[in-house]
Amino acid sequence: MKIVVPIKRVVDYNIKPRVKPDGSGVETTGVKMSMNPFDEIAVEEAVRLKEKGVATEVVVVSVGVQQAQDTLRTAMAMGADRAVLVLSEESPEPLAVAKVLKVIVAKEDPGLVILGKQAIDDDMNATGQMLAGLLGWGQGTFAGNVEVADGKVKVSREIDGGTEDVSLVLPAIVTADLRLNEPRYASLPNIMKAKKKPLETLNVADLGVDTTRRLTIVSVAEPAERKAGIKVETVSELVEKLRNEAKVI
Amino acid sequence: MTALVLLDHEDGRIKQAALSAVTAATQFGDVHVLVTGERSVAETAAKISGVTKVLHAADALYAHEMAEPLAALLVSLAGSYDQILASASAVGKNVLPRAAALLDVQPVPDVVRIVDADTFVRPIYAGNALATVKSSDSKKILTVRSSAFDAAPAEGGSAAIEEVAAVENPNVSEFVAVHLSASERPELDSARVVVSGGRGLLSEEKFRILEPLADTLGAAIGASRAAVDSGFVSNEYQVGQTGKIVAPELYIAFGISGAIQHLAGMKDSRVIVAVNKDPEAPIFQVADYGIVGDLFEIVPELTEKLK
Repeated sequence: MKIVVPIKRVVDYNIKPRVKPDGSGVETTGVKMSMNPFDEIAVEEAVRLKEKGVATEVVVVSVGVQQAQDTLRTAMAMGADRAVLVLSEESPEPLAVAKVLKVIVAKEDPGLVILGKQAIDDDMNATGQMLAGLLGWGQGTFAGNVEVADGKVKVSREIDGGTEDVSLVLPAIVTADLRLNEPRYASLPNIMKAKKKPLETLNVADLGVDTTRRLTIVSVAEPAERKAGIKVETVSELVEKLRNEAKVI
Repeated sequence: MTALVLLDHEDGRIKQAALSAVTAATQFGDVHVLVTGERSVAETAAKISGVTKVLHAADALYAHEMAEPLAALLVSLAGSYDQILASASAVGKNVLPRAAALLDVQPVPDVVRIVDADTFVRPIYAGNALATVKSSDSKKILTVRSSAFDAAPAEGGSAAIEEVAAVENPNVSEFVAVHLSASERPELDSARVVVSGGRGLLSEEKFRILEPLADTLGAAIGASRAAVDSGFVSNEYQVGQTGKIVAPELYIAFGISGAIQHLAGMKDSRVIVAVNKDPEAPIFQVADYGIVGDLFEIVPELTEKLK
């Protein structure tokens, strides 16, 4: 069974995002970019399934700018076998990405597609569900545990009040939540090896997919800053403030 | 214009967060809601203020709100509606994007403000920026942040209930089991007061020191990612960028340092109280009231004084 893992290049999670002065978006030039953390978890899960003998090949795919090839190399250093880069504008919308991935899936014919549950830049949390819809496949979103057996994948999902177990017919979509696994660090030899792994580059214009944006950004602004309040010395003083000043108890 | 709201429920109770989605939907016009499960859930939904029609999908296929059959049902109903909404809950986030793809619509998730029928404000980068976006899709599909809209009153409406038949099951998924943490406390994402603990609680056993305080305040209990990762409580308690986003009237943080990803989940609370032994903890920068001290002394004293 082949596993396809779509990944996204985003502003590194350690960087505090800065809104551009003209309010057109968040600054990405000259900012450290990395693989979306949830996608690292997805790559790790696919590589583990290969190590367990469940999967035979792990193919990583990114839809984005040329520099996304660095992100794909990182995924190959973690253990993915080969990569596909679909060149497009930076950060296309989930609907467009899902349509592109549908074309890639038709070509690759995987048994499982594992994605991160959301990208930490636009926080859409949509691409996996949308790809599942377009393909007519089952979706195990927000996965905390994944088991593949007998032509099915059993996914334990993180939901609001606890967890939910679902069973999906393969091929299926899984989206990775935070606690699915802890991604490995790529070792230096593996980073060197990844440089020689195959990376195919396609152009989104050649795939016959309409990727026109449906959402236009009117403006991007910083949220109102919260001001630090006061320190109180005693519990009695706190209770008094909560009762008489804040009036919340 | 008529909007359709998918009302999610748990154990036959309509979730508070879904009532916020109703409030958001009233800004567009007429509001119909879709509910699954028992007839009693539909009857409860019919009383929600602002709802003019309840579509009840009683078929067992929808009982667990699985995305595959439920998205197919939404698509079959979508023709009559200009907007489809749900709360940005685990159900809404699972089902709506799938339905949106089938309708060739780019959904707008986590809406915190409706500017006009096409324009919405939503947080990006874990709330470090607010994007105002304009959608060119003729049908809008939105999930709504419950912390940004008041819940619609549960009483006051008298909507008609219309039964809707099941549509073809995509037959690719099966519900196996659900494991909910039993709790008498309010839901974390809609509680008026949240008492939250971090790494400073030290252990699973010691974390329980927060329970009497939560009971006294009628509060939900929350936790930082550090507390969840250390195994003090399970993941559904997590407040933050990757957990629940909350905005209660009062948020009390004990032993939480205030990592950016935690602040992303609670900084819109009306009043924030922080208790931490480290006077330099970043949580104090967003707290209205702070106490520097040992939480193991402060929690019992506070509990006693509030009784």
